[in-house]
Amino acid sequence: MNDNLFIVVFAAAIYYGTPLVFAALGEILAERSGVINLGVEGMMLLGAVGACWVATSIDGPAGVVLPIAVVAAMLFAAAGALIHAFLTITLRVNQIISGLALTIFAGVAGVSSYLAGLWDLGQAPVANQFGKMDLLGWGDLPVLGPILFNQTLLTYLSWLLVVLTSIYIFRTRWGLQLRAVGESPQTADSVGVAVQRSRYLHVLAGGAFAGIAGACFSLSILPTWQNGMTLGQGWIALALVIFGFWRPDLMLVGAYLFGGLSSLRYTLQARGVEIPQLFLDSLPYVMTIVVLVVVSNSAARRQLGAPAALGKPYEREER
Amino acid sequence: MRSTFSGFRLEPRSHLPRLINWTVPIGSFFAALFAGALLLLMTGQNPISVYQRILERAFLDAGSLSGTLVAATPLLFTGLCAAVAFRVGFFNIGGEGQFYVGAIFSSGIALALGRDAQVWIAIPAMIIAGALGGALWGAIPGFLRAYLRTNEIITSLMLNYIAGVISVYLIFESSSFWRDLEGTGKMFPKGKVIPPVAFWPEYGIGSLVVPFGFLLGIATAAWIAVLQRRTRFGYEMRVVGGAPTTARYAGMRPGRVIVAVAAVSGALAGLGGAASVGNFRHILDPKGMQQSGFGYAGIVVAALARLNPVAVIFVSIIIGGITNAGYALQGPDFPSGLVGILEGLILFCTLGGEVLMRYRVVRTRGVSSNVAGAQ
Repeated sequence: MNDNLFIVVFAAAIYYGTPLVFAALGEILAERSGVINLGVEGMMLLGAVGACWVATSIDGPAGVVLPIAVVAAMLFAAAGALIHAFLTITLRVNQIISGLALTIFAGVAGVSSYLAGLWDLGQAPVANQFGKMDLLGWGDLPVLGPILFNQTLLTYLSWLLVVLTSIYIFRTRWGLQLRAVGESPQTADSVGVAVQRSRYLHVLAGGAFAGIAGACFSLSILPTWQNGMTLGQGWIALALVIFGFWRPDLMLVGAYLFGGLSSLRYTLQARGVEIPQLFLDSLPYVMTIVVLVVVSNSAARRQLGAPAALGKPYEREER
Repeated sequence: MRSTFSGFRLEPRSHLPRLINWTVPIGSFFAALFAGALLLLMTGQNPISVYQRILERAFLDAGSLSGTLVAATPLLFTGLCAAVAFRVGFFNIGGEGQFYVGAIFSSGIALALGRDAQVWIAIPAMIIAGALGGALWGAIPGFLRAYLRTNEIITSLMLNYIAGVISVYLIFESSSFWRDLEGTGKMFPKGKVIPPVAFWPEYGIGSLVVPFGFLLGIATAAWIAVLQRRTRFGYEMRVVGGAPTTARYAGMRPGRVIVAVAAVSGALAGLGGAASVGNFRHILDPKGMQQSGFGYAGIVVAALARLNPVAVIFVSIIIGGITNAGYALQGPDFPSGLVGILEGLILFCTLGGEVLMRYRVVRTRGVSSNVAGAQ
């Protein structure tokens, strides 16, 4: 039963889609406040190196080490986000180039690899890992059990965060303020919302989420350190935000679609299915472009989509 | 009501000092070195000795400047690639992939022409093939942006990964025309060496070795400067970049201009790929190209040059020096990752410096401005 190809592919889609969920969820928060952060890839690597460092250097039971590692991942990545926040919100520089700078600074040839070299990471798999576990006792359910309820704690955490973030954005007063800041900062300011503070907080939260996404790689998927181990997933997360029309629920669907595409090379190869490597390796990237084209066109037609003030710095007028 | 984070605000300067063209890049560069030094200090390294070794390996040691030009040549082209596109507000992050495709095309044509080709055919053919490959790859995000309203940043980035997968496939996962299937190539996958007639020349000036590709890059930069300032196409680029609506009212076709800019930008990165094959690697080397990341570094070059094509020439030598030192100094006592750190910091500081030149920083007096804001 558990060997059924259908089940294997779907379970892998969720497993490999989980970092995408965290990263895209964080980016949704940042972009809802009006700030694009192209540094996701770099922040994920910062989170991955932070988590790997803690998991390698602290001995102890998994229940102690792993939470500390995840918190470290969040702090590392949020520190990267803080640079972007300061430059784009306080100094009002171009958000696109600042985000790129963050990815270059933190990315494969930057701080993350520097720190990994300094701490001598990647020699062996980390001792404490997030393994698959049947948290709710529903793992024996037919079909759904192995797909949904035999995942890692990180996946369960991502579901919780998707639900909480959805409620936060659409059902709370703070969420309303957040959307106002992203749509029309002038209006938000005039009714007493602190625009700059809101943007700082959501860019930092976005960074922390990207950090957890990185921890998924260094504590579960690989689970060790490799320079540039996120392999462009941060950029796919950026595309998922557009794919999901800046909504957590739609984004989740897209993340699992792309998780499935990224995992096909492992799942199909393990079962000896003959599909050219070239095709499987490029599939997630090709599909990102295809999906983006389709979504961008329909979004333009139906007036759906991006927060109106996305990418625009807010300059308070003098009174 | 008070804003929590700002103890100061930025006021536009009424008068922009002309020196901005020099002070921002130079100031940013040193600010970045300073920030990098702090990071080195915090992590227990000695910044002075690290910087001293970079300076020696980049510019001062015997033969180091020739090595710097080897890194500066591809950076010159990818820097031009980013500078041309960013100036029009087209954020082509795809220089990396366009560079790979240029390398694939130019090595392909060199191999196809074989060892009996004339030099004056082989080298121009490589130049044209490289530019063509880059232009085709670069035109895709341009077309998608212009006619299907798709964000060019993500599409051009995805195309980098796709080009990377294709080049790895050609050498490591197939028996392609590019792969060396004789001798050790059977055991260890590697690219077929292009025939010696297709090797690009190098010119010795004293002890300095100047690659032909670098000279081609200088000529290209000059041509881009003329194109931008003296031609109709350059004028259209400026208008489309500054005011798309105005461009449409003036009878221009912004879509066509964007596709053309994207293709030119891609062609420049593709030329870089051709120069890399012709002058230095002489094979299609996917892993080597991916490790270098010249396409991404080109964005740093362009930003530090303030998108000015002639300034790109000089900046490519500086960034090329850092890159060259990074290769040369790889080892246990030299931190890896320092090149990216410095590049990222240079980009951050250039952005920040730009703002500080355009605006004056005015301290807000806590209470009075809060009262004013509350009205």
